[in-house]
Amino acid sequence: MAITREDVRRVAALARLCLEPADEERLTADLDHILEAFARLRALDTTDVAPTAHVEDFGALLRDDEATNPPAGEEALANAPARSGRHFRVPKIIE
Amino acid sequence: MTEALHELSLRDAAARVRRREVSSVDLTRAALARVAAAEPAVGAFLTVDADGALAAAAAIDRRVAAGEDPGLLAGVPVGVKDIICTAGLRTTAASRILERFVPAYDATVTARLRAAGAVIVGKLNCDEFAMGSSTENSALGTTRNPWDGKRVPGGSSGGSGAAVAAREVHAALGTDTGGSVRLPAAFCGVVGLKPTYGRVSRYGVIAYASSLDQVGPLARDVTDTALVLEAIAGHDPADSTASPRPVPSYTAALQGGVRGLRVGLPREYFVEGMQPEVEAAVRAAVADLERLGAAVEPVSLPHTEYAIATYYLIATAEASSNLARYDGIRYGLREARPSLGETYEATRAAGFGTEVKRRIMLGTYALSAGYYDAYYLKAQQVRTLIRRDFETALARCDALVTPVAPTTAFGLGEKVADPLTMYLSDIFTISVNLAGLPALVLSCGVDGAGLPIGLQLIGRPFDEATVLRIGHAYEQATEWHRRRPPG
Repeated sequence: MAITREDVRRVAALARLCLEPADEERLTADLDHILEAFARLRALDTTDVAPTAHVEDFGALLRDDEATNPPAGEEALANAPARSGRHFRVPKIIE
Repeated sequence: MTEALHELSLRDAAARVRRREVSSVDLTRAALARVAAAEPAVGAFLTVDADGALAAAAAIDRRVAAGEDPGLLAGVPVGVKDIICTAGLRTTAASRILERFVPAYDATVTARLRAAGAVIVGKLNCDEFAMGSSTENSALGTTRNPWDGKRVPGGSSGGSGAAVAAREVHAALGTDTGGSVRLPAAFCGVVGLKPTYGRVSRYGVIAYASSLDQVGPLARDVTDTALVLEAIAGHDPADSTASPRPVPSYTAALQGGVRGLRVGLPREYFVEGMQPEVEAAVRAAVADLERLGAAVEPVSLPHTEYAIATYYLIATAEASSNLARYDGIRYGLREARPSLGETYEATRAAGFGTEVKRRIMLGTYALSAGYYDAYYLKAQQVRTLIRRDFETALARCDALVTPVAPTTAFGLGEKVADPLTMYLSDIFTISVNLAGLPALVLSCGVDGAGLPIGLQLIGRPFDEATVLRIGHAYEQATEWHRRRPPG
C-alpha cells in the first residue's frame, strides 16, 4: 500500500506538525519505504494472540492517598515561554 | 598530581574518599581537567557544571570529615544523559525544543545518584529525545567515538559511552529503549547494562516510549556497573511501573563464576552480512565461557526477524503520544503565532529535528483510524510472540549470549541518509526491550581497525545478578576491558 502526499498531510495535521513542501515529499518517500518493509508483519498469523502493551508482572501500585506538593507557582512558571503574572500567556482563543 | 585520579575505577576512587586518602574535590578537579582536555576531540557533554560539581564534592568531603557514610558512590564524578532531569541544571533531550529548559526537580535516578554521594559533572549528548543509534540526531552537538574521531559513538546514549571511554567520568547514566545504552557501550568499548523493565524508576526521565524506556549505567568494568545499578535501582512511589521487588547487592553477587550455568546461543543472531570479525570475536567469547565451565547450547528465537518492524511501530506510536506535550505553552521553545493552533504547529515544526518528526509521523499513522489494527495492534501481538520466544529459551538457559550489533562503530554520516539502514543497527538489541529483559554489554574483542567489539548477555526478568556474574567471570579471564582509547 503506497503512502500518498495526502496521507502525509492528514497525519501531519493530526500530529500538529506544520511541514514544508520538501519535508512532505521526503516523509512521503520515507514512510512508504519504512511501512513497505514493515508489511512483513502481516504475513504472520496472530489469530488469538493477546497483545502485549506492557511487560510488568505486578499489578498497579498505588501510593497512599496523601497530598504531596509537586513544584508549583514560581517553579512551574520558571520555564514559561510567555507569562503574565502568575499565569502562562497564550494567544486569545475566545472571540 | 602524582597519579591520574581520573584513571581510577569508580570503586577504588570511592574507597579512597571513604578512607580520606583523596578528597572528592580532588577527584572532581581531576575529572574537570580531563573533560577540558578530551572534549575538543570527543564532544560528549552538552553542559558541564563545574561549579555545581565542586560544591557537591565539597559537601561530600565535609560529610566524610564529620564521620558520616558518604554512600555507595562516595564523592565520585559521574555524567548523566541529557534526557534525565537534573534540578536547576539545563536538560535538553538534545532538542531545540528544550534547549533552554531547566527542570524544577530531579529525576529519581538523579536524586539516587546524589544520595549515594556521586558528583554530577554535567549532562551528556544523545540523539534527540533518545531517537537514534549514532547520536547524530542530536540538535545540539556532535559526539565522536574516542577510538576514532571519524566514527560515531553509537546511540542514543553516545555521550555517555564516549565520556566513560575517554575517562572523563568514572561512570554515566544512559537510557535504553531499543539498545541505547548497549550500542554505545559496544561501540566505545565500555560496559553497559539495560536493566529489566521496572527495575529502575523512570520518573523525571524525558519519555520516548514508555513501555520500553529504562535507565541503565555505563562504566569501565562490570563491578563498577553493578555498583551504579545498586545505587539507582528500586521502587519509587513516583513511578507505578517501578517494581517493588527488593534490590539485591549486585556487587556481592559477582563472584561464583559460570560453572554449572547454562548459556544459550540464539541461531538467529548470527546472520549473513555481519562483519566477520564481530562473529569471530563473539564465538571466541562463547568458547571462553565454555572453557570457564558454562554449558553452551544452541537455542532459537524464531520471531527475531519481526523485531525491527514491531519495535519501530510500538516505539513510534508511544513517542507520538509522549511528544504531544511539546506545545510551546508551559515550557520549551515557543514560535508565537496569532492563533493557538498555529503556535502549536510552528513551535513543533521549528523545535523538532528530522528523525523526531519522522517517528512522530510514523507513530501517528500507526495509531490513526483505519490503520490501528493493521499496524499498532498487530505489532503488540507480535510483541507477545517475541516475548514467548525468550520465555522458552530462558526456561532452559540461565542467560543468552549474542553480538550487540552486526558491525563495529560505523562512520559519521555513513547511515544518516537512509533511516531503515540506521534502524537495522538495533537488530540484536531491540527484542530485549520488547521482552522487558535485562542485558549486559561488555567488550570481547577488537576489529582490524582497532575498534571495540561488544558481547551481549541477556538474562531472565529481574536477574541482573546472573548476567553481571557471567560478565564478571569473563572479564576476570580476559583483558579486553583494560584496553583504552588513545588520547
